[in-house]
Amino acid sequence: MINVTIGQFVPGNSLLHRLDPRTKVVCVIATAIAVFIIASWYEFALLTGFVFLSMILTGISAKIFFRGLLSIWLLLAVTFFLQALLTPGEVWFGLGFLKVTKEGLAGGGQIFLRLVLLILIAFLLTLTTSPVNLTAALESILAPLRRVGVPTHELAMMMTIALRFVPTLLNEADKIAKAQRSRGAGFGSGGAMDRVKGLLPLFVPLFAGALRSAEELAVAMEARCYRGGANRTRMHSLTLKPEDYMTLLITFAILAITVWLRYT
Amino acid sequence: MSSNALPGKQAARGRSREGAVYIRVKGLTYFYNRGGQSEQAALHGVDLDVYKGEFLALVGPNGSGKSTLARHFNALLTPFEGTVLVDGMDTRQGEYLWEIRQRVGMVFQNPDNQIVSSLVEEDVAFGAENLGLPPPEVRARVDEALVLTGLSEYRNHAPHLLSGGQKQRLAIAGVLAMRPDCLVLDEPSSMLDPSGRRELMDTLLRLNRSNGVTVVLVTHYMEEAAVADRVMVLCSGRSVLAGTPAEVFAEEQLLRNVGLELPVAAKIACRLRRRGFLVPDGILTIKDMVAYLCR
Ligand SMILES: Nc1ncnc2c1ncn2[C@@H]1O[C@H](COP(=O)(O)OP(=O)(O)OP(=O)(O)O)[C@@H](O)[C@H]1O
Ligand SMILES: [Mg+2]
Repeated sequence: MINVTIGQFVPGNSLLHRLDPRTKVVCVIATAIAVFIIASWYEFALLTGFVFLSMILTGISAKIFFRGLLSIWLLLAVTFFLQALLTPGEVWFGLGFLKVTKEGLAGGGQIFLRLVLLILIAFLLTLTTSPVNLTAALESILAPLRRVGVPTHELAMMMTIALRFVPTLLNEADKIAKAQRSRGAGFGSGGAMDRVKGLLPLFVPLFAGALRSAEELAVAMEARCYRGGANRTRMHSLTLKPEDYMTLLITFAILAITVWLRYT
Repeated sequence: MSSNALPGKQAARGRSREGAVYIRVKGLTYFYNRGGQSEQAALHGVDLDVYKGEFLALVGPNGSGKSTLARHFNALLTPFEGTVLVDGMDTRQGEYLWEIRQRVGMVFQNPDNQIVSSLVEEDVAFGAENLGLPPPEVRARVDEALVLTGLSEYRNHAPHLLSGGQKQRLAIAGVLAMRPDCLVLDEPSSMLDPSGRRELMDTLLRLNRSNGVTVVLVTHYMEEAAVADRVMVLCSGRSVLAGTPAEVFAEEQLLRNVGLELPVAAKIACRLRRRGFLVPDGILTIKDMVAYLCR
């Protein structure tokens, strides 16, 4: 079974949990931009320090962050080694035709760090924000687009429901796979064509089930007076508090510093 | 939800018969795919009154029209012929639609397909948010609904990690947060294990007896129907029998003809009687049976 708990909301009451989700979305974007801008090791140190401090402020165990990183270790390793091996420059270490250059090592290290930082930043958002708050924030940030006809409420509702059904569908897929296997279906064997064909008995019932679920869910939502975004309120109303302004100020200060260091 | 609690089961039973009518169904006829090739009459001239504060069980074999009837109670379906009045409001009149849906809450069979959000308390809030209530009011109602269904400690859980019984109680909580007068449940226990079923029945009985919520329970478990105030039997889209559980389950032959069985305790009582034991009428639940045997 695929583990879907990685990066999922951990309820809590830390400063980061209490921040307005819009603040967090904006700060995450700003910090991610900063991660792409930085080049010197000082700047890396500054940003790493900022991200680590934020992680400590969430009150969430470092293990949870680490487990998330582990899930993409392959990507991290491949990018690091490709960068280290393929960058031309002063050879630092050679083994036959494989040559690790000093420049490659530095470049690989930076890419590695950049990816790790990006993922940690994303986790800072998803671990401290419930999915509903996350979609509420996106809906609110995208609200101006409503005027040009973008159905922002509907998009946010779709995202809420999609997030809600991911674990249910994975569970269902697992059940169907077991049921088909017990009747002798083989998944993941034979040639590419066979494998695709082998997946059909998995996907057909899965889609049929998902369509039925969608229909029933629509009726259940209607029965609970759902009639689109108009006239709807939210239990957690979004309000910017002093700590939100503080957080925005600090984050943008850091972004400004990185821009300044890079382009002057 | 009215705050004046009903004193107890007996009072509720007494009241249900002459109490105020909450939902009045008159000559209800409904077709699926009207005019189409596969036109299917699902209900033929059904008459039924649901009294305020009562616990009504709706039973019948597969395809007898129970779900179709239940969906008329909150205007998910509207009659082709006849009328459905909810507290005097005609379900066919569009202007009452949202008021009716707020007053008559509905819980469905599959617990997974009625949960909207990936956090318990936010799912409970969904209906109340749709009513456009101010956030503090939503919060208060969510807390109240979580307490009433015994889910307070799970407020921050992901719904897919709950047991089946807990999921159905979550669905009930989501409806309760809209403060309905009446709960309609369409076979809510058919996908639950016995302990989940018991949890659910306890919750429903508590809501009905102490909070005055009118309950309409569609079920194919006769044991559940036996604890209701009234039972109505549907067959092929017609109402064939209605009355107190004692009255309905006394018609063993008729029930057998439409393909229904007696509750286990009643079945045992019936067999004992046939063997010549003087077992009194009206034994419907295991509790009644134990009370009789240990008298
Ligand atoms: N969406 C539909 N389209 C066409 N016919 C339908 C539809 N839903 C139900 N029916 C038909 O209407 C009749 C009554 O169905 P209904 O679902 O109300 O029965 P039920 O008593 O709830 O049965 P069950 O115990 O299986 O839930 C059945 O004959 C059924 O085949
Ligand atoms: Mg049904």
